[in-house]
Amino acid sequence: MTDTPGLLFQGDASIDEKPLFARIRLEMPPGRWTCLLGGSGVGKSTILRLIAGLDTGAEFSGTIRADDDGPVTPRVGYMAQDDLLLPWATVSQNVVLGARLRGERPDKPRLDRLLHRTGLTDHAGKKPAELSGGQRQRVALARTLMEDKPVVLLDEPFSALDARTRADMQDLAVELLAGRTVLLVTHEPAEAARLGHAIHVMTPGGLNAITPPTAPVPRDVDDEETLRTQGALLRQLREKVA
Amino acid sequence: MKALPALAATVFALLIWQAVVSLTSLPRFILPGPALVAETWWTNRAVIAEHTLATALEVLLGLALGAALGIVTAIQLATSRIARVLVQPMLVFTQALPVFALAPILTLWLGYGLWSKVAMAVLIIYFPVTASFFDGLMRTPRGYLDLAQTMQASPRAVLWRIRVPAALPSLASGLRLAAVYAPIGAVIGEWVGASRGLGYLMLLANGRAKTDLMFAAMLTLGVFSVLLHLTVRRATAGIAGER
Repeated sequence: MTDTPGLLFQGDASIDEKPLFARIRLEMPPGRWTCLLGGSGVGKSTILRLIAGLDTGAEFSGTIRADDDGPVTPRVGYMAQDDLLLPWATVSQNVVLGARLRGERPDKPRLDRLLHRTGLTDHAGKKPAELSGGQRQRVALARTLMEDKPVVLLDEPFSALDARTRADMQDLAVELLAGRTVLLVTHEPAEAARLGHAIHVMTPGGLNAITPPTAPVPRDVDDEETLRTQGALLRQLREKVA
Repeated sequence: MKALPALAATVFALLIWQAVVSLTSLPRFILPGPALVAETWWTNRAVIAEHTLATALEVLLGLALGAALGIVTAIQLATSRIARVLVQPMLVFTQALPVFALAPILTLWLGYGLWSKVAMAVLIIYFPVTASFFDGLMRTPRGYLDLAQTMQASPRAVLWRIRVPAALPSLASGLRLAAVYAPIGAVIGEWVGASRGLGYLMLLANGRAKTDLMFAAMLTLGVFSVLLHLTVRRATAGIAGER
């Protein structure tokens, strides 16, 4: 991993002339977790996809840039709610997918190290269908890490997991993504309160920055301040919708 | 496990057949009974075997060529916009033509031998293979393509490592359909003009009022088609698998 840039997203988007979100400004400080919290349909995933350089169907006007003025999309890793594991490939083959798609030789020692750190060493030769939901998301995480991108975009990657597995995955993700610039898009106030160094609530009215709890990330699930923040976030989400 | 119901169904069909023969007492040149057909089949087994071999060769060659052509075409269509614009309408149009109507002209072009029948089989299976595989190639889950894009994958790698494997179950259903259609194509070719093959034998026997031999040839064709279908089904089980 090279130097970690911070990102700045600034602009507005519309679909078929209908505004999706008005002009917003979202700063993602280098090496930190920025959480973008919002209900469905406010365009938070669109922001993430725009940064990743993916097709959104929306008309975007504005700028997306890195604070070192380098290119953005080639330095971005992407992880979605769907683990996107290829069902016909083994765990190992899925983890090294990026190298295989670029025609590069996969870095075997790195693969072994990542499988070990994600607790998948014993599953390396299995097909995704043989794994549990949590294990599959760990493969997806290992695949993201294998890419070794300084910026990682997470589009609700933990929302399909049960509560316990989700908390475990959050801890693991924070540990393994340390030092990278992370944008986490989520609809879960608890997740934003646990993980965000910076937290923004996105509503049809725009972006609203919330002061994060003081405890270091990942915060304890029963940390009082975190729970209070979680409540405040939920309150904001509900207010703005009404 | 599956053999028992199949056996029961066969016996049931034979019983109905025999019942119709006994009840209507139709002359044997109109509707021969199962026993007579079995006997005719046995006495003519060498002739039937020879013609079965001829038809089998046509069908297998047609299946191999048609499948290969279909696969190549589907990949071409899936990767090239120009190919889609130029070739796709033609492909649909050829499907609108009755293949049966093409049989005489194919015989005129390719002669009475093996190749006019192979061509018929190819024509009849080319479309289902192409269409089903192409459809699968165009329906790659969006998420895979997004992921590949963030990994700076080359279009070629995306095709061979993601789109083609993801489309294999669709290809499998196309091939299974093709296995059912290919014998039909070959037999139509034989009806139009041939000196060998089960279709030719059926026509010959029919013309000489040897209805029992006609039935024997027809049933042989049926058994061959079912076996072919089962073989292809089994052969494609691996690629039709999990999704």
